[in-house]
Amino acid sequence: MIPNITSIIIFLPLIGALLTMAARGKDAVRWAALVTTLITFGLSLVLWFGFDPAVATNLAPQLADISGPILADSLDIKYYVGIDGLNLLLVLLTTLLGPLVVLASWTYIKKHEKAYYTLLLILQTGVTGVFASYDIILFYIFFELTLIPMYFIIGIWGGENKVYAAVKFVIYTLVGSLLMLVAILYFCYVAGDAVNNGVFTADYYKLLAYNTPLSMQTWLFFLFALAFAIKVPLFPLHTWLPDAHVQAPTGGSVILAGVLLKMGTFGLVKFCLPFFPNAAQEYAMLFAVLAVIGIIYGALVARVQPDAKKLVAYSSVSHLGFVVLGIFAFNLEALQGAMIQMVNHGLSTGALFLIVGMLYERRHTRLMEDYGGIAKSVPVLTFFMVLSVLASAGLPGLNGFVGEFMILLGSFKSTVIGNPLLIALATTGVILAAVYLLWMLYKTFFGPLTSDANREMSDLNARELGLLVPLAAFMIILGLAPNPFLQRSEPATEHLLQVIQEKQAVVLEEARAAQFAQDVPLSLDLPPVTQEIEAPLRETTHTP
Amino acid sequence: MELSNVYDTLLADLGSGFSLVILAVMGLVLVVWDAFRNDAPVLPWVAGLSLAACIGWEATQLGVGRTAFYDMVRVGGFASFINIIILGSALATIVLAVPYLKKIEHAYGEVYALILFATLGMIVLATANNLVTIFVGLETMSVALYIMTGLVREDEGAIESALKYFLLGAFSTGFFLYGIALLYGATGTMYLPEMAAGFAAREGVLMFWAGVALLFIGFMFKVSATPFHMWTPDVYQGAPTPLTGYMSTASKASAFASLILVLYYALEPVLDERWTLVLALIALVTMVLGNFLALVQNNVKRMLAYSSIAHAGYVLVGLAAGTADGYSGALYYLLIYTLMNVGAFGVMAMLEWDGKEGRVQDIDSLAGVGLRKPVLGVTMGIFMFSLTGFPPMGGFFGKFAVFAPAVDAGLTWLVIIGVLSSVLSAYYYLRVLFVLFMRSADESPDAVREAAFPVTPASAAVVIVCAGLLLVIGFVPGVREMAATFFDAAVATTQVLP
Repeated sequence: MIPNITSIIIFLPLIGALLTMAARGKDAVRWAALVTTLITFGLSLVLWFGFDPAVATNLAPQLADISGPILADSLDIKYYVGIDGLNLLLVLLTTLLGPLVVLASWTYIKKHEKAYYTLLLILQTGVTGVFASYDIILFYIFFELTLIPMYFIIGIWGGENKVYAAVKFVIYTLVGSLLMLVAILYFCYVAGDAVNNGVFTADYYKLLAYNTPLSMQTWLFFLFALAFAIKVPLFPLHTWLPDAHVQAPTGGSVILAGVLLKMGTFGLVKFCLPFFPNAAQEYAMLFAVLAVIGIIYGALVARVQPDAKKLVAYSSVSHLGFVVLGIFAFNLEALQGAMIQMVNHGLSTGALFLIVGMLYERRHTRLMEDYGGIAKSVPVLTFFMVLSVLASAGLPGLNGFVGEFMILLGSFKSTVIGNPLLIALATTGVILAAVYLLWMLYKTFFGPLTSDANREMSDLNARELGLLVPLAAFMIILGLAPNPFLQRSEPATEHLLQVIQEKQAVVLEEARAAQFAQDVPLSLDLPPVTQEIEAPLRETTHTP
Repeated sequence: MELSNVYDTLLADLGSGFSLVILAVMGLVLVVWDAFRNDAPVLPWVAGLSLAACIGWEATQLGVGRTAFYDMVRVGGFASFINIIILGSALATIVLAVPYLKKIEHAYGEVYALILFATLGMIVLATANNLVTIFVGLETMSVALYIMTGLVREDEGAIESALKYFLLGAFSTGFFLYGIALLYGATGTMYLPEMAAGFAAREGVLMFWAGVALLFIGFMFKVSATPFHMWTPDVYQGAPTPLTGYMSTASKASAFASLILVLYYALEPVLDERWTLVLALIALVTMVLGNFLALVQNNVKRMLAYSSIAHAGYVLVGLAAGTADGYSGALYYLLIYTLMNVGAFGVMAMLEWDGKEGRVQDIDSLAGVGLRKPVLGVTMGIFMFSLTGFPPMGGFFGKFAVFAPAVDAGLTWLVIIGVLSSVLSAYYYLRVLFVLFMRSADESPDAVREAAFPVTPASAAVVIVCAGLLLVIGFVPGVREMAATFFDAAVATTQVLP
């Protein structure tokens, strides 16, 4: 086993960024980026084999690296990264998409290549860091770090309306994440008072050990959830997404859809649910309804887009709705489905964005009406398109089916959001997905071949084939044999749900005890009550 | 006080006042030198080396805090920390000012003497332990700054800003002095550590609080907190750009340091929640107003001026927390703020150019510079992201250092407004980056021409050092700790007068 493997995977792209900065000439830059990301992906396979799902990760992640403190010795903020069942697949997805994005940008990016690939590599470090962090401040640092390269990638190499999209993307995310920062600060102080001898703590496991009192849970939960819901994006906070996606260059879109959006759903699973379990359950229905609205709304809006890229962008809103639905179902099937669906969406939507990008490179238009019948001129591309569309639409045997099926099954059984009507509505999302995706397929690839430009379109070259083959392979593998992947995350999700349940019970018990202590005069001096009374007292000193 | 050994004591303390002595003597030397050999090219070197020597000396004194000259000033510890900020800003300013002043054909030797005098005043102000010393420092600093603001005599804007600065500054000095008089009347002492005890021993509540209020008006003026910020944009715009960077960082840092000393040593025992609320409200209005007004500015220097008002608001959040953590967080913020603003004004000093109607500082003039001049573009990018408060840049850690204690002190509402106002700030900081990187020079008639900005290696080094420090400073916990150690309860008690 390679020592510090997790840190190496996080920071290798950053070192690659230094290389691309130092490299001279377009080719040297591209190759430096490609080689770096390929090595990173190769190393990340070590995680897959080195990770043992049977080992419990209740108190520490595997393959962990700890050093620090950072910022101040007096605060418990440190560099703490590692791998557990929740983040393993997402880290692997990030490292897999890394070289693919570099290849996708190979000819698409025609100006300032050095800056582009440097930013791309910095972005990969940020995203991997987000998934691998076990210190909430470190998580926040990586979370914000992703904004900087993305702002430039959209803003410099984007389409006509790039600046509007870039600024909207940053401002939207910033509102959520800065409010979350306030909640983080507050939470770390309060939790530090209770579980860390009064010292501010950002350690994930220490925070996890703290039973947040009921009165605090609601507003802290909403400040956290807001940041993540904007990132996902959950309806009605999704309006930045179509702009950002449509304007971003192909590589940016793939990274954005593939992994950046998952930072939101991942944050919901990792922080919102276990830190504030009672509030999360109480408002689960709200999130489920918003998720279902997102599923249907995203699908309906996608159906009427003339622009293929915009269609895929809105399909993300719809697909991520399923993930959020699965997260708030509070049972194993749905949560497992959400975990695998995050990966599935990264693969199939990534592939769709890549293909739309390839079409755009050939014809310089994204309007579906400009295409039609190109299946005859580009049969290989068509094959991959059909595969990706079917995977995205949830055809059994391909990856999308596994996640969506588990989510819908789990939500239907859920005691928290298991309203049959709601789940039935969510299920229509699968049908609608088939409608808009097949419609796009029909409009662009089938039908009569009318224009000469389309007739002369060239099929995939070796580079593009190399891009799509891995994605297609994973779509089929995940569809036919999802178990090895599900097994990786199952102990972690199971444990998470168990922690949530236990914490919910403890918090309710504490709240009841506090209530009891208020009702009963203190002179009675009941031993357990005097101990419990500390909690509300502490609250009053901290409540603004 | 034994009068017979006054000179012995003062002479013995001269060593402790190394920076004060060096700056005063070298300032005078430069004035005389300049009178005989005008425009001697060695003048900036002499000034720079004096400052560097002072920085080196202060760096050795970081650990030990004490007082000197009959407890008139503090030396070492807190004092050294803030002095290094001030001296560093002055040194960077001299490096940036040399090519800039040459370019605008105002390379007067007096500038360097004035910088030394202003720095001397700032150090006295930042480390004073006595209200009279504070006032002496404040005036030494201010008078030198008034002159530097009006350096470009032919420029109406510069004259206007100098006059405005002088008139409003004199006005605020009046408040300040009156506050000192009232405080003396109410407490019977000028020494900060004795003030609370003096207040407790006498009657005169109204006089005391009136004195505190007037003193604070003076301070708020110097740190440009709302509603005493009106002078800031005009003065920052009119002054020569490197000197604006100096003014916006060193003078603000020293005024804040002095305010922290007053709050921590003199007023701590008597301050209560009402006072916290006053500071919190001033912080709130300052952050929100500064950021809102910066949104609509087209002149980059003016935009940075409003942004510096907003940053004063962030520092005030740390002061409003009123805890040792809050004060040390504010101190840490001042260090990071100084790096960011010296750098940002430094880059602007290299990017503005002489148009037909005065110097062009419009945001449009920066179109496309970022990709043509990557060093300036990337460093400016780091400064802008840092000013917005993006990790991993220092600005984030600075904000963290002032916001976290405020949350701990129960001011969560203030911090929420603080972060929302920094979302506003993201808009205008990112606008600079957008123009730098995403707009091509062809689209903008005002764009900087290729030959318009000579980037000397020394001035490039200054902005690179600032940017580099901002990238790593958050991950060096020692710096934050250093700021924190000065506010231990033990330090406070041992430093009270014999």
